[in-house]
Amino acid sequence: MAKSHKPVVWFPFAAGGTVIAFCMPVIVVLGLLAALGQVPPGLSYESLHGFAAHGTGKLILFGVIALSLWSSAHRLRCTCYDFGLRADTLIATMLYVAAIVGSAATAMFLFRI
Amino acid sequence: MSRRPLIRELPPTRWFLRHPRYLRYMAREVTSLFVGAYCVLLVIAMQRLSAGPVAWQEFLVALRSPASLVFHLAAMAAAFYHAGTWFNATQKAMPLQIGEDFVPGAYISGAHYLVWAVLSLVVLFVAGVI
Amino acid sequence: MNAPFPPPPSQEGGDGGSQAMPAPYHDGLPSGRPSGKTMKERLVQLEVLRYNPDTDTEAHFQRYEVMCQEEWVVLDALNKVKESIDPTLNYRWSCHMAVCGSCGMMINGEPKLSCHSFLRDYEGVIRVEPLTHFPVERDLVTAPDDFMEKLKRVKPYVITKQKKPIEAGEYKQTPAQLMKFRQYSMCINCMLCYAACPEYGLTPHFVGPAALTLAHRYNLDSRDEGRRERMEVVATREGVWECTFVGACSEVCPAQVDPASALQQLKIVGSIDWIVEHLLPGGKP
Repeated sequence: MAKSHKPVVWFPFAAGGTVIAFCMPVIVVLGLLAALGQVPPGLSYESLHGFAAHGTGKLILFGVIALSLWSSAHRLRCTCYDFGLRADTLIATMLYVAAIVGSAATAMFLFRI
Repeated sequence: MSRRPLIRELPPTRWFLRHPRYLRYMAREVTSLFVGAYCVLLVIAMQRLSAGPVAWQEFLVALRSPASLVFHLAAMAAAFYHAGTWFNATQKAMPLQIGEDFVPGAYISGAHYLVWAVLSLVVLFVAGVI
Repeated sequence: MNAPFPPPPSQEGGDGGSQAMPAPYHDGLPSGRPSGKTMKERLVQLEVLRYNPDTDTEAHFQRYEVMCQEEWVVLDALNKVKESIDPTLNYRWSCHMAVCGSCGMMINGEPKLSCHSFLRDYEGVIRVEPLTHFPVERDLVTAPDDFMEKLKRVKPYVITKQKKPIEAGEYKQTPAQLMKFRQYSMCINCMLCYAACPEYGLTPHFVGPAALTLAHRYNLDSRDEGRRERMEVVATREGVWECTFVGACSEVCPAQVDPASALQQLKIVGSIDWIVEHLLPGGKP
């Protein structure tokens, strides 16, 4: 049996899982504050737009969103299998394509800022 | 004498009900559903941000719906559970041997927790929350 | 082409095994102990899975009630049943001290060595079943053929390209080099991790925790030169990439081997290999 190409999907999954672990809790907390009506100053249009206008800011936002998307897509694929859905190729294709489309869209939106 | 072993199939859709440890595992895996959905929200947020100040203000107002609040709470629980399980696993994936002995696993995971706390506080500070 | 194997027992074999698994010899046989006046007896109820391949098409549970000493293990209770109630009951055991790895069973749904499952830790009816995910040969006896085949496939022995003549001396190893893999060499092949691993249960072609861990153990051995051969098995679809890090293997391991950690490390090794092979110019691992 030939060696698997799974590292192509697993490496970004592992990187994304690390990014989610470090960044996602605080991002969701910021979103939660906004949902409670207490919009943090950093989420005002001026601040966030200023951050995203910067090259480093763009890179951080894109990195976090793209890697987190990929990691979630990959884990969701495995979860589907664990729940008994055996159409793995179809599910994997759909989820990975969705993650790539989401990342491309993010890149496009950030490019416009 | 011929062998006639009994094959017992694992029920593919409810095997994880057998033991609490499998439920904990499935809980970890299901966090991806909420985290993934939150990522989609972040993609939408980037779109709104790129569409100008009015669109962004509308987005912030839309976040204040009860459904959004519930979603944020679920996503927060998922994100924290993911972080905990992930940092606990670092000691398994990346053991560190100094001389003969391995650094105790708790130190490796602990270092990750520490960096996480510092990073989160920095983000909260930069965002003007604290 | 193999280097001397196994290494001296003082380093790795018996000594280490008893260190990792401090299972004192438990003298549980009914007549094996001087009768102390504090010895407490207890009526133990066992619910044991029975399957006779010659007559049965399905398994069923059989209830036994047997008087046991309080400090016995489940295996002692089974031995007492076999001796005094039902000689047709079949199960495997040998060492009675958590070293041989042959008495693995499901005890109240948990993969356990029955020689290391103390009756005092159980209340009520104790349910004893053969290890899950394996075909049942008879009663509590399972067929280990699949595991044995997989174990062979990962080449769990030191591989050297050139055999050293005996005059060239021993294969030396520093304590640090030994410690690098020592934990992973403690495996007693009891297959509890396979019974705990849902991925093995769901996709039986998965090479599985213990075999992959042993592959990792030899990959980490400073005397070994067989990593590339082993990765041809480890880094396949049936190998480590079937693992989703449930972690159950490490929770049930009676020898604290921690297969889950070995498999996580193998995934990282496999990923780096892939990058070297496919993305670096002229890359060979």
